[in-house]
This record gives sequence, C-alpha cells and structure tokens, in this order.
Amino acid sequence: MANMSPKKNEMPTQAPDVRNKNFSEVALGYTKEQAMDEATRCLHCPKQPCVSGCPVQVHIPDFIAKVAQGDFEGAYQVIALSSSLPAVCGRVCPQETQCESKCVRGIKTEPVGIGRLERFVADWHNEHATEAPVKPAPNGHKVAVIGSGPAGLTCAGDLAKKGYEVTVFEALHVAGGVLVYGIPEFRLPKAIVQKEIDTLKALGVTVATDMVVGKILSIDELMEEQGFEAVFIGSGAGLPKFMNIPGENLKGVYSANEFLTRINLMKAYKPDSATPIQHGKKVAVVGGGNVAMDAARCAKRLGAEVTIVYRRSLEELPARREEVEHAMEEGIIFKLLNNPVEILGDDDRNVCGMKCIEMELGEPDASGRRRPVEKPGSEFTVDCDCVIMALGTSPNPLIKSTTKGLETQKWGGIVADEDGLTSRKNVYAGGDAVTGAATVIKAMGAGKTAAAAIDKALMGE
Amino acid sequence: MFKIVKKRVLNPTVTQMDISAPLVAKKAEPGQFIILRVDDEGERIPLTIADYDREAGTVSIIFQVVGATTEKLNHLNEGDSLADFVGPLGNATETEGYRKVAVVGGGVGCAIALPVAKKFHECGAEVTSIVGFRNKDLVILEEEFKACSTKFVMMTDDGSYGTKGMVTNALEELIKEGEQFDLVIAIGPLIMMKFVCALTKKYGVKTVVSMNPIMIDGTGMCGGCRLTVGGKVKFACVDGPDFDGHEVDFDEAMARAAMYKPFERHAYEEACNLFAKEVK
Ligand SMILES: Cc1cc2nc3c(=O)[nH]c(=O)nc-3n(C[C@H](O)[C@H](O)[C@H](O)COP(=O)(O)OP(=O)(O)OC[C@H]3O[C@@H](n4cnc5c(N)ncnc54)[C@H](O)[C@@H]3O)c2cc1C
Ligand code: FES
Repeated sequence: MANMSPKKNEMPTQAPDVRNKNFSEVALGYTKEQAMDEATRCLHCPKQPCVSGCPVQVHIPDFIAKVAQGDFEGAYQVIALSSSLPAVCGRVCPQETQCESKCVRGIKTEPVGIGRLERFVADWHNEHATEAPVKPAPNGHKVAVIGSGPAGLTCAGDLAKKGYEVTVFEALHVAGGVLVYGIPEFRLPKAIVQKEIDTLKALGVTVATDMVVGKILSIDELMEEQGFEAVFIGSGAGLPKFMNIPGENLKGVYSANEFLTRINLMKAYKPDSATPIQHGKKVAVVGGGNVAMDAARCAKRLGAEVTIVYRRSLEELPARREEVEHAMEEGIIFKLLNNPVEILGDDDRNVCGMKCIEMELGEPDASGRRRPVEKPGSEFTVDCDCVIMALGTSPNPLIKSTTKGLETQKWGGIVADEDGLTSRKNVYAGGDAVTGAATVIKAMGAGKTAAAAIDKALMGE
Repeated sequence: MFKIVKKRVLNPTVTQMDISAPLVAKKAEPGQFIILRVDDEGERIPLTIADYDREAGTVSIIFQVVGATTEKLNHLNEGDSLADFVGPLGNATETEGYRKVAVVGGGVGCAIALPVAKKFHECGAEVTSIVGFRNKDLVILEEEFKACSTKFVMMTDDGSYGTKGMVTNALEELIKEGEQFDLVIAIGPLIMMKFVCALTKKYGVKTVVSMNPIMIDGTGMCGGCRLTVGGKVKFACVDGPDFDGHEVDFDEAMARAAMYKPFERHAYEEACNLFAKEVK
C-alpha cells in the first residue's frame, strides 16, 4: 500500500533570512529516510504518465522503486540509462511543468517529489560510487563539439563512451556553459558541474577552453585540416537582449548575462575577487524568467533591496515555481504588471531611478498568454541605483557567419532536423543554439540524440 | 598555459610581451584584440594585438600598468605563463582601398596604432603617422613608426621631445596645409579620440577609432562593452572594435569606462602593497 500523504516530503533548506546573505546552496537535499519515504508515495500506475512528461523519458517509476528498496546505486543506474546529468537536472529542471505535472498523485494532492528524488539519487551516487570511469578502447574516429553547456557535454560523453576521440571547444576559460556562468552557486554548486567535466576527461574527452570557434578555427578548418569527421554545435543562446529604452547605457545597467557572469564565472561576490561588480543599494530586475530570479537573488545576496519588474502577472511568470517561491521568501519585492519605459540617470550618468508604466492583461497573444497593454497615464518611478535587464537571449551569430552553407532561422536559431543534422553534411547542432533559450534537460536530450545520429552516420560509412 | 617568450620594457610604465599562442598568431590581423587572464584567480582583460609572428607562433601585447591586473602581468617574466589567452577577437581594421591615411596614436595607444600603420603601408597607402606622448620619457616605438610612414610627426604635451602640443594640433596643421587624407585612424585615450573626431568632422575627413571598453567575454555574450554609435547600441567586441568616429558617443563611453574606478584604484593599491611586501 502506497504512502498516501497528500504532501511531498518537504525539502530541507537554509532559512530564508540566513541564505539571502550567502551563496551556499539553498536546498540541502533529502536524507536517506526522507527519500525512501517519499519514494513510497509513487503508485506505480501502469501507464507511467510521468515518463512521457520527461523530455528524455527517464524510467521514473523504476528508479523510484529502487529508492524505496534502499538500492540507491541501482536507482542511479536506471536514471543513467536516459540522463547524463541527473545531479544537475534534479536541481534545475522545471519538474512542475514536466514529469510532476503528469503524476497521478498530483491530480488531487501534491505529486511525487520526482526532482527531489532524482537529486538525492545523483548526490548519493556522487558521494558513494567508487568505480572510476573507464576509458573505452578508441574506435579511431574524431568528433569536435563546440560549446560545453549541457548539450555539448552530453554529446561528448555519449560519443566518448563509444570510443570516439572527442574534443570540446569552449570559448570561455572554464567548461560548463550556462551551468557555470549563468546559474548561481546557491542553486547549482559549481563542484557538481566540475565533477561532470572531470568524468568526461576521465573518459578521454579533451576539453579545449579559450577557443572561440569561428575566430581561432572555423568549422571548415576543423573538418578539413584537423581531421574531425563530424561536428556538434552546442553553442547556446548567449546574446543578451535589451529593451531599447532611453538610459539603458547608464552606469549601473547590466544585462543579466553580464551581472551573473561577473558573479558566477568571475566570482565577483567574493570580497577578494579581481573582478568588480556594482553593489547596488536598490536593484530593479526587469523580467520574469529563471534568469531574472537568479539575478534578483544574487543582487539580494550582495546586500541590495531588490524589486522584480515584470509586465505580466504572477500566473505568467515563466520561472520555475520553486525559484519564485524561494525569491519571495528571501524578501524580493515583485512589481507585477509593470513595464519600464525609461531609466533615469544623474549628472554623472549613474542610474537613479526607473520610470515604469502600469500594464493590464488584454487578449491572448500568439503564445497563448494574455497580452499586457499599457494603462495610459499610469507612469511612476521606481527608486533604484542599479538595473538588471533579464529579457531573454538569442543565439550568437558568430558560428553562422563563419560557416558556409549553415542555415539558420530568421531569429538566429540553427536549422536542424530531429536527429540534430544541420544543412551541412556531418555537422549537427542542438540545445539553445537550435531552440533558443530553453532548458538544461532539453539541451541534454538534444546532445544525446545527436550523439546517436553521429555514431550512426560515421559507422554507416 | 601561454608562455611569455619575450619581455621588453618600452618605457617605465609600458611593457611589451611576446606570448606563445600559435593558433592565435595564425589568424591575428591588425585591429583585433585578445582577452587574457594572468592567473586562475585573475579577471579577464582585453588587450589589442600589437604584433604577431605567424612562423614563430607568437602574439605581441603592449600594456601600460594602470591597475591591479596589469601590475601583476608586469611582474611576470620570460618563461612564465599566462593562464588564459583568447583570440583573435573583434574585426580586423579595414585597410584596403585607401591612398592617403593619417594614423594618429596617443600614448600606449600607439602600440595598437603601429600594426595598423604597418598594414596600410603594406597595402600601398601613403601613411602619415602622428604620435603624441606626455613627455620624452614615455615615447615608444618611434623607429618602428618611422619605418612604415611617409611622414612622421612627434608631439609631446610638454615639448620635451618633438613638437610641443597635441596630436590634434599637428593633424589640423597638415589638413590646413592641404593634405588630403582619405582616412584618419585615431587610437588612444578616449578624450584624444573625441577631439580628433571633432576636428576631422569639421574638415569632413572620414575617421575610424578603435574602442577598448570594459569587457568580459569578448564574444557578444555580456553586453558590458556596449557603446552608442550613430544612435544605436553596438557591442565593441563583436561589432568593433573599430567604429566610425563621427558616430561614437564619446561622453557615454568615457562615463562607462570609469564605472569601476574606485574598485580599480583599491585593487591596484592592494596589488602594489602585496608586491612591496614580497620585495621586503
Ligand atoms: C541564469 C540562467 C538560469 C537558468 N535556469 C534554468 C533552470 O533552472 N532550469 C533549466 O532547465 N534551465 C535553465 N536555464 C536554461 C539552461 O541553462 C539552458 O537552456 C541550457 O544551459 C542550454 O544548454 P546548451 O548546451 O544549449 O548551451 P549553453 O549552456 O549556453 O552552453 C553553450 C556554450 O557554448 C559556448 N560557446 C558559444 N559560442 C561558442 C563558440 N563560437 N566557440 C566555442 N564555444 C562557444 C559558450 O561559451 C557556452 O559555454 C537557465 C539559463 C540561465 C542563463
Ligand atoms: S565583452 Fe561581453 S559582449 Fe562584448
């Protein structure tokens, strides 16, 4: 008989007014007992709707059954069949719109805490597994991977396991993509990402950092001169958008990418960091996605009073629900249904306020969400000395502009078929570079699919 | 790791280093830049490529000690290595199709102006180089400039060498004398580039400037390097670093460049104290 508790076992966390002053991880993870108990809430329904809600179809009820039995390594092996980054996905996946949204328990009460269990299993494995990864026998084929985000890392890992000689080219000085430069330490400790990269290296993958493909080497050079038979492009969607309103170039206006990169990649939150960051007293963050929540919560931890300004309502906030809840608990102010029209500066061009206008929801737009429209005459000023623009990102045009015959969409996304194959022979792409800003799990899934397709293409030859 | 193969002190505060980076050297063109980190804790700083040797696989950088990072860099010697050296970034300077070019360099900016002057010279343009320094002790690369210039003008603020005055004085004089430049390239402090542009605008001479704002990634990812050019937002690292000088909003660029001044001063003092302690 299943455990019929209506609620998920609660995730132990740092107290809100403690954690909003430090960068240590917010959620502390289930204990063994909590995990085993939560696992017994699964009904093992024959249709397994949760599996279809997972972009990579992790065999969820099977791994949960192993957890319930206390066989945590067994549970890990089940997840590993479908996912390469469970410690990451267990922390950052929007489970409430994926697996957990399909859970039968969720119809009347809270769904099974699938994400929390995944995280527990992955952490348990990372702590207890002793087996070092074995480098497989080389199969004599070379593949290049561009970008070391979840898409690139997954593709590289899957190919390396099959014996391919894989080199990952990364523009920045560390590997990990958004996992290291975007998502903050308190949500995803960098040691977890580093562990994944170390595992790849142990499998024989070469990680070449400081390599901006398109500048130092082109895809054509990789294939024609360096002997790579196939290329996977996992270069993400890193180009920040601005609003094009007056005052956006004042001192104290950041893109979320810049603000987060300074903090996460360059460790500007540490007092002895060589990289500076403005410690605003009152920070306004514009946007409502995960990126906006991360920027707001980082600013809070640097000591600011933080306001999120979003043009739609709470319902439409695209961020993971847990991040919104955590942000609210941490004392972040939400000014919903408001939109900035101008950033105000003082005589020295420092930000000293942001003029906004109130919005109301009108008819649904193309995305199905009700379109926000301005309320005439409702302008007001938000008091702030720093503004962070978290409005979304698009793919960087560098690869396209340096690769002959690589087709892209109008908005910059690389055109790829369901296998990840682009308009160029043996050139594959996946992740945010193809879809635009999406999720870690989708990027990982695309990396997996492309790895299988590359293997088929090269082995078929 | 990227090895320092050669270190040359150009003047008391300006140093040249040749860095072993064969792949960067293979692709580098005048006007492009690199981003480096001195060590694993270091910040990322952009420096324009001063020279390159494709055969030897080296890229030269020339820097002035202005803050903690350049101070640390300056303490390294031949045989030491840099943690990171990324490039070549940005677009190369357009050097084709010009007959008569004035290359105007100010201070350490001359280090960046030199490869551009050389390239124009190679492309067959007649090059007039006008270089300015605060005083005689700070003069760098004089012989190198002379070698690729048809005309060479040296200016110092205090008149301790060459002619006393600003580069703009020299440029205006030449234009008034009837020199018909089809392009002026100005590379140096923002304030110098601003005044050169104000001058050439008056005379209707096309002017290109090389912008070097605060950067992090150098690939278009952060937007920290943004400028207003012709009323539009441009990212210096991918849209530049060269821009039409008559379109650049220099006042905004100067304000943005000063964004971290207090932090930088503090970090610089700390670095100096640290090195002073080590010496003791
Ligand atoms: C702040 C933030 C928070 C997020 N939170 C979540 C979350 O909670 N849950 C979730 O599922 N998703 C989240 N996302 C989205 C998720 O991180 C991305 O969808 C995912 O990382 C995309 O993976 P990717 O491999 O396609 O690209 P990326 O992770 O963007 O990696 C691309 C890599 O390629 C490199 N690169 C780019 N161009 C080149 C080149 N020319 N040469 C060499 N290297 C290059 C980049 O430097 C980068 O390292 C968040 C994103 C951000 C920015
Ligand atoms: S330096 Fe980051 S976008 Fe130019």
